[in-house]
Amino acid sequence: MTSTATPPVRHAGRRSSGRGAASTVVGVVGELLITLGILLGLYVVWQLWWTDVQADRVQAQVLEEMDAPTPDAADVATAVRRDAPPVMEAPALGEVWGTLYVPRWDGKMMPIAEGTDKRSILDQAMAGHYPETVMPGDVGNFSLAGHRQTYGKIFHDVEELQVGDPIVVEAGGVWYVYRVDHMQAVKPDQVEAVAPVPWQPGVEPTERYLTLTTCHPIGLNSLVARFIVNAKLDYWMPVEDGTPPDLVGQTAPAAEGSA
Amino acid sequence: MYGALWRVLPGPAWVRVLILLVLAAAVVLACFEWLFPIVSEYMPFNDPNIQTDAAGAASVEAPR
Repeated sequence: MTSTATPPVRHAGRRSSGRGAASTVVGVVGELLITLGILLGLYVVWQLWWTDVQADRVQAQVLEEMDAPTPDAADVATAVRRDAPPVMEAPALGEVWGTLYVPRWDGKMMPIAEGTDKRSILDQAMAGHYPETVMPGDVGNFSLAGHRQTYGKIFHDVEELQVGDPIVVEAGGVWYVYRVDHMQAVKPDQVEAVAPVPWQPGVEPTERYLTLTTCHPIGLNSLVARFIVNAKLDYWMPVEDGTPPDLVGQTAPAAEGSA
Repeated sequence: MYGALWRVLPGPAWVRVLILLVLAAAVVLACFEWLFPIVSEYMPFNDPNIQTDAAGAASVEAPR
């Protein structure tokens, strides 16, 4: 029993003195692999959590700075217009110029910026306007891109939209109220989704469309598919006339309105 | 590797632990702010765009 204290000491000494170059290399490689594993885990945390935190912060700041009109149930417009709406001029790339409201997504509101650059626009929880498509209210297909997940995931609930849902754009002092009429998943290279007449490239447009494009499905999806929402302009009204009825859950007057 | 780091650090054990915690925080910060945003450019996730061939969007971003 008295000898039990000494063998471990001797044993440890022998091991450290007999430790060869090979076992040192194996030890270092092992530690490097553990480090790599931790870094990969950290990357997942960053991608799935921190990008949302950062983007939401930027989005809140942008919304505050642009002073976008907020829906007000006490100030709902009594008349809406269905004639040709005013169309603002296309702004410079990168400029934040409007807001997107989707009542179906708990009244979520998002800034719209010019261009679909990932870093500077989409990753900041903003909707990016495809610069080669028309501005809202114009004849043609006003098209927006946004993240389905991470970076604020503004279009996360895109599949919850239903045909007939309003999608509202505010730009240049005008509310444009579009109504969803088609939803579809497509391959990433099916650019006909943002053609002037959606799905009919080359056809001259006569109507005013809006298209949302986002990732599909949720997951590792860039190479798989895109989810497309097409909508058509229902009516418009100046911002100073009040809140569009659809933004506060009311129905717009069906008759041809005039201001 | 980490054993050598532990031996290089000065002071009693609690000081070394403190230094290591600060170092770990610095590494995490560097990753979140600098390394991961760069790495993410090369990751095949999160591209919500239709790959347009017209001048605008396509020139802004290469398909990833």
